Amino acid sequence: MGFSPEEILETINMINHLHFDIRTVTLGISLLDCGDADPKVTADNIYKKILSTGKKLVPTVKKMERLYGVPIINTRVAVTPISLLNRRFSPEGFLLIAETLDKAADELGIDFIGGFSALVQKGFTNSDRALFSVLPEALSSTNKVCASLNVASTKAGINMDAINLAAAAIKKAAALSARAAGIACAKLVVFANAPEDNPFMAGAFHGIGEAEATINIGISGPGVVRATIQRFPGLDLGALAEEIKKTVFKITRVGELIGRKVSTELELPFGIVDLSLAPTPAPGDSVANILEAMGLEKCGTHGTTAALAMLNDAVKKGGAMASSYVGGLSGAFIPVSEDAGMIEAVEAGALSLTKLEAMTAVCSVGLDMIAVPGDTPVETIAGIIADEMAIGVINNKTTAVRIIPVPGRGVGEKVSFGGLLGEAPIMAVNTYGSQEFVRRGGQIPAPIRALTN
Amino acid sequence: MERAVITVMGYDQVGIVAEVTKILAASNCNIVDITQTLMQGIFAMIILINLPVETDLTVLREKLLAAGERMGIQITIQHEDIYRYMHRI
Repeated sequence: MGFSPEEILETINMINHLHFDIRTVTLGISLLDCGDADPKVTADNIYKKILSTGKKLVPTVKKMERLYGVPIINTRVAVTPISLLNRRFSPEGFLLIAETLDKAADELGIDFIGGFSALVQKGFTNSDRALFSVLPEALSSTNKVCASLNVASTKAGINMDAINLAAAAIKKAAALSARAAGIACAKLVVFANAPEDNPFMAGAFHGIGEAEATINIGISGPGVVRATIQRFPGLDLGALAEEIKKTVFKITRVGELIGRKVSTELELPFGIVDLSLAPTPAPGDSVANILEAMGLEKCGTHGTTAALAMLNDAVKKGGAMASSYVGGLSGAFIPVSEDAGMIEAVEAGALSLTKLEAMTAVCSVGLDMIAVPGDTPVETIAGIIADEMAIGVINNKTTAVRIIPVPGRGVGEKVSFGGLLGEAPIMAVNTYGSQEFVRRGGQIPAPIRALTN
Repeated sequence: MERAVITVMGYDQVGIVAEVTKILAASNCNIVDITQTLMQGIFAMIILINLPVETDLTVLREKLLAAGERMGIQITIQHEDIYRYMHRI
């Protein structure tokens, strides 16, 4: 037969019982040829290009899902950062484009469209400012449009003015979507060192160094990794890392297979497999549970950062061999609301915002899906973002913040966002102010790349 | 020719092999290899089949799943590529 019964049953078990799936097939589309002086013409060009490039995307993904019997949870499109399309759009022009992206996403039948974005790590163009000014409206008036802002990079430093504007946009987006617990903020990511080929939302955009169109794949499989660890109680950490690598190799191979088949079918180049372990709110499909399976009583206790560092590295090593091209964020995700184990750890008092921040120093991707009290000052949100950006800039890695100041809610309460976004306990923030620091604004200079202590 | 792997698991009863192979024959699928065992009364069978071009895997899957439901057993069918990618370098 060529395969042993054990191998066959292992695969069946992964899919049927351990939530193994492909998290996303994301089609990246360049819109660099769509810009026109007139936003209406630009919007029209964008709509036509997305529809013509992506018309076969959803049917092809559904076909592959049926053919290979592996669930593919989301189908998405990422586009060129919109602020790059024209330097002279008014805010209304950008709002029109956001609506157009939403309409195109609906027409294609995809789950999300990302790229309502600006790259401002070293300063603003006029169009960046215009895009920033309509972010809250764009996010709260559309359903599927995701936005991202790259406000820092290792080569440029940290744009504190951009962080202040981003924090203000987050507060306003929360207020505008107050009836839905501030859900508009779940569609906005603030980045340091944003990758150009990331298939995961809300931070996906199609970088300017990318081809006309590419297929990128995001895998999932925390449940599978947890089950592997549970098979080896007491095994030393070096040997355990080896077992994790083997498992991740297997799940990444399926991502590679699906990516190759989708790209062949669509006649588009295959971009990358993103090796991130993406959790879902489903019981057992949790990164926190993986860390607990390693022997931590609760995620967030002492040892959590070390366990996560080992997991993240093993995932990359196993995955890198399984795929020809690896990219995107590639690291374990630790979103709070999307991970039942994380929620439990927060509610048990084991996991705090400060511990999460430490964890982001060793894994992808940052403070993700964090709900904080609605009355959190805008300067405190800016401070939280600045801290996270500093971790990314100094450690030469991607970090991000996706934070929701939930209007009218306080610490200890819980809000539900639905679907993959899950539900979030409101977490406490430090109540001492950051005002004078963040209000200084300006650019924190790029770090020196030697003397690395 | 493309191939697929079928697994059948459940409480042993009369006619499991007959029911599954009848569906395969009707779909023009040749059995390449078959292994079957009883583990503490649980019937477990793995079948490797050739998939003719005209046979739609998803249609075949629906037929097999329906048969599995009728007999109260679990049947899965997966394209061979999944196993090749996962378990072979």
